[in-house]
Amino acid sequence: MFGYYLELALRSLRRSRALTALMIIAIALGIGASMTTLTVLHVLSGDPLPGSSGSIFIPRFDPRDKDGFEPSVALPTQVTWIDGNNLLKARRAQRQVLMVGGAAPVQPDDPAIDPFIVPARYATADFFAMFQTPFRYGQPWGAAEDESRARVAVIGAELNDRLFHGENSVGRTVRAGGVDLRIIGVLNPWRPSPHFFDLTVGSYGSSEDLLVPLSTARSQLLPRNGGISCWGKGSSDEANMESAECTWLQFWVQLHGAAEVAAYRQFLDGYVAEQLKSGRFQRPVNTDLPDVMRFLDEQHVVPSDARLQVWLSLGFFVVCLVNTVGLMLAKFMRRAGEVGVRRALGASRRSVFMQLLTEAAIVGLAGGVLGLGVALLGLSIIRMQPGAAAQLAHLDLAMLGMTFVVSILAALAAGMLPAWRVCRIAPALQIKSQ
Amino acid sequence: MQIKPILSALRRHKAGTILIALQIALTLAIVCNALFIVHERLDRVNRPTGMNESNVVAVQNLYVGSPSTYVPLMKTDIQAIRSMPGVEDAYVTNAFPLRRGGWSTSIQTKPDGTKNGVQSALYFGDEHTLATLGVKLIAGRNFSASEVTAFERDQQPVPAQVIVTKALAEKLFPGESALGKTVYYVKGRPSIIIGIVEKLTVPWIDADFIDNVSIMPLFFNSSYQHFVVRAKQGQQDAVYKSIANTLYGVSRMRVLPERYGVRTFDMVRKDAYEADRGMAVLMSVVCGVLLAITAAGIVGLSSFWVGQRRKQIGVRRALGARRSDILSYFMTENFLIALSGVVVGVVLALGMNQWMFTQFEMERLSFTYVLVGVVILLGLGQAAVFAPALRASRVSPVEATRSV
Repeated sequence: MFGYYLELALRSLRRSRALTALMIIAIALGIGASMTTLTVLHVLSGDPLPGSSGSIFIPRFDPRDKDGFEPSVALPTQVTWIDGNNLLKARRAQRQVLMVGGAAPVQPDDPAIDPFIVPARYATADFFAMFQTPFRYGQPWGAAEDESRARVAVIGAELNDRLFHGENSVGRTVRAGGVDLRIIGVLNPWRPSPHFFDLTVGSYGSSEDLLVPLSTARSQLLPRNGGISCWGKGSSDEANMESAECTWLQFWVQLHGAAEVAAYRQFLDGYVAEQLKSGRFQRPVNTDLPDVMRFLDEQHVVPSDARLQVWLSLGFFVVCLVNTVGLMLAKFMRRAGEVGVRRALGASRRSVFMQLLTEAAIVGLAGGVLGLGVALLGLSIIRMQPGAAAQLAHLDLAMLGMTFVVSILAALAAGMLPAWRVCRIAPALQIKSQ
Repeated sequence: MQIKPILSALRRHKAGTILIALQIALTLAIVCNALFIVHERLDRVNRPTGMNESNVVAVQNLYVGSPSTYVPLMKTDIQAIRSMPGVEDAYVTNAFPLRRGGWSTSIQTKPDGTKNGVQSALYFGDEHTLATLGVKLIAGRNFSASEVTAFERDQQPVPAQVIVTKALAEKLFPGESALGKTVYYVKGRPSIIIGIVEKLTVPWIDADFIDNVSIMPLFFNSSYQHFVVRAKQGQQDAVYKSIANTLYGVSRMRVLPERYGVRTFDMVRKDAYEADRGMAVLMSVVCGVLLAITAAGIVGLSSFWVGQRRKQIGVRRALGARRSDILSYFMTENFLIALSGVVVGVVLALGMNQWMFTQFEMERLSFTYVLVGVVILLGLGQAAVFAPALRASRVSPVEATRSV
C-alpha cells in the first residue's frame, strides 16, 4: 500500500512543481540555517576532554587583600606562584599541574628561515598524563626534569613539521627565547577546544606548540603570555614574579570519585584557613572546586552571539514551517475533489490521511537533503572566517542524522493540519459540484 | 470598498487566514529585531577612534636575542622608519586604538587615594605621537623631546607629564579645567596634565571606559613593541609593502608575526570588528531570506484562493463588477490579513526584544525599527498579492456560466 501512496504522492508533487519546490526550499533553508548554528554552538560548547573532563578540577580561592572586597566578587581563576607551589608540593590529588602560557621566539638553525614566534606552555610533568596528550615520538618529561630545571622540550606537530619536516626530532635541539632545549617528545596534532586549562590566552585558541618544564622556563625567563592580575604592591616585574602579589598561573588537579573531591575540598579549606591565620590571606575562607564543564559554563566561554544565532535560526525555521503548512493547505485543498472521489469509491479517511502524509514526508526528505547542502555550505563559509573559534565546526554523524529526522518530522507536522482538513470534507459535497 | 463581505469570506478560510497572519507576525518580530541587531553592530563597526585613520600603518615587533636593553634598538628602528621616503611621522608604543591588548590603570586625584579611581588606558609615546595618530590637541601643549624618558620592566609607568583625552579630563575634574592639574597613576607619585586631546579610544572594543586614555612620554624597555606610522598622502600602500624590509634591513634579530605583523589601519579596524561585521551580514541575509519566503508563501496561498474562487469571481463580473473591483478585493483582503498579522507581530517583536534584553544584554528596540518593519511587511504583502490579484481580475465573466 505504501508503494501506491508513494506513487500517488510523486505524481501529485510533480503536478504543481512551483509549489512543491517552494515547500522544499523553505524547509531546506530553515533546517540548513538551524543545523549550521546548532553545529557551531555544539562545537563551541563541546567537551574538550571527552571521557575524563569529569575528573579534572580547578581549585579556586581568593588570596587578595581587603581592598575592594565584596562577598559577591568572583574568585580568581589563577593562582600566585607561592600558592601554586604550596598546592603542588602538598600532592593531595592523584595528579596536579601548575602552568602558564608563553610566546617564545624560535630561532631555526637554518639561517634561511627568519625567527618566528610559537605559542608555548610552561608546565609541570603531570600536564601530559592529566590531559592525555597524544605522543607521536618520544615521551613526556618527569618529576626529575622539573626538579633539575632540565633544558628539555616537547614540541607540537606543527612546529615539528616546520623545523624538522615531520621527522622524528627526539634528541635534536630547538632554540627558543635564546635557550637551547633538547627535544624529548613530539605530539600528534592536539587541540582541546575550548582551551579550558588557560582561558586567558583565548577561549578557542590553537594549542601550544612548545612545552617546557615550568621550572626551566622560569629560570631562563622565557617570555610569558596570558592574563595577570595584581593587588596591593604587586607589580608584573618579570624578575620578581615568584614573590609578587599577582595571580598568573593556572593550577589544575585530577580527582576520581566524590570522596576524593570532598577530601580535596576539605584540604583546600584548611589551606586557605591556615594562610588566613598566618596573615598572608585577608579575605574570609571561600573556596570552590568546579570540574571542567562547570568551570567553562561559569566563565561564559561560549560567545553569546552563537546562542543568539541559534535562537534566530530556530525562529527562522518556525516561519519556514508555518509557510509550509500554508502551502500544503493550499495544495491539499486544491485536491478536495480528488479526495472526494477516492472517499466515495471506498477509501477510508485513514488511508487518505496516510496518503497525504506520505506526500508531506517526501517533501520533508527532499527538504532534508537540500537542507544538508545548505548546512554544509553554511559551515564552509563559517570555516573560511579567520576567527579561531569557528574553524572546528564540522557536521558530525549525529547532527547529520538529526537533520533528516527533524526535517521529516517537521514536514509531517506541517502536513498534519492540512491533511486532517481535507479528510473532513464530506465526499458527497465534492462529487456534487463536479 | 466594502469590508464586510471580505470578512465574511475570510471566515470561511480560517486556517489559511490565520497561517498567513501568523507568518507575517513572526516575520515582523524576527525582522525588526534582526535589523536592530544589524544597526547596533554597524554602529560599533563604524565607531570613531578619534584618530585620522587613513594613511596609518601599524607594525607589531618582537626583538629576538637577549640584549641588555631594547631602548637603543627601538630608537634606531624608529629613526629608520621616519627616514623612509613615504613616511610622514612615526612613533613606538605599547598600544593603540583597536589593538585589543594594552595597559590600563586607575587614576587618583589625591596622592593617597585608595581604590575606585578613574580607569584609563595607557599609551606610551613621544612628541611625535599626536601628529602620527592625527588626534586634535584642544588645550595645552604637546610633549617636548626632552620630556621623553625610558622605564624598565620592574618600574611603574609614572611620567612627570601626561596628555589625557577630554572625556578622561572631565571625569577626573568634573566642571573645571584639568589642564595643569596633578594626578596620580601610582600612590604618591604625581603627574601633571599638560595637554588635552579631543578624542582617542582605548585598545579594547568592549571596555566601559572607551574614551579614557592617557598618553605618556615614555619608552618601555621591552622586547615587544608596536610601531605606528603615518604615511604621506597616497603613500600608504608603498609604506605597507616596504616597512618589513626596512626593519629587517636594520636588523634580522626580530619577529614580525605573520598574522597582525604589518597592518594598515583599515586592516586593524577590520580585524577588531570581525565578529560584529559577520553578525551584521548574517542578520541581513536572514532578513532577506525570511522576507522572500514570506512573500512566496503569500503568493502561493493567494494563488490557491484565486483558483478556488474563479466561479464566484465570474459571477461577480457577470453581475457588473469591474476588473478594478476584483483587484482591489484581493488587495484589501491581503491588507486586512497583513494588518492583523502586524498587530500581533508588534507585540511579538517587543516581547522578543524584552527577552533578548535580559538574555543577551541587547538594547531596547527603538520604535522606528518596529515602524519600518510594519511598513516593509504591509508593502511586501501588497506586492506579493498583486500578481495573483491581477490574474483574478482577468477572470472572464463567462466563468460564471461554465460547468453548471
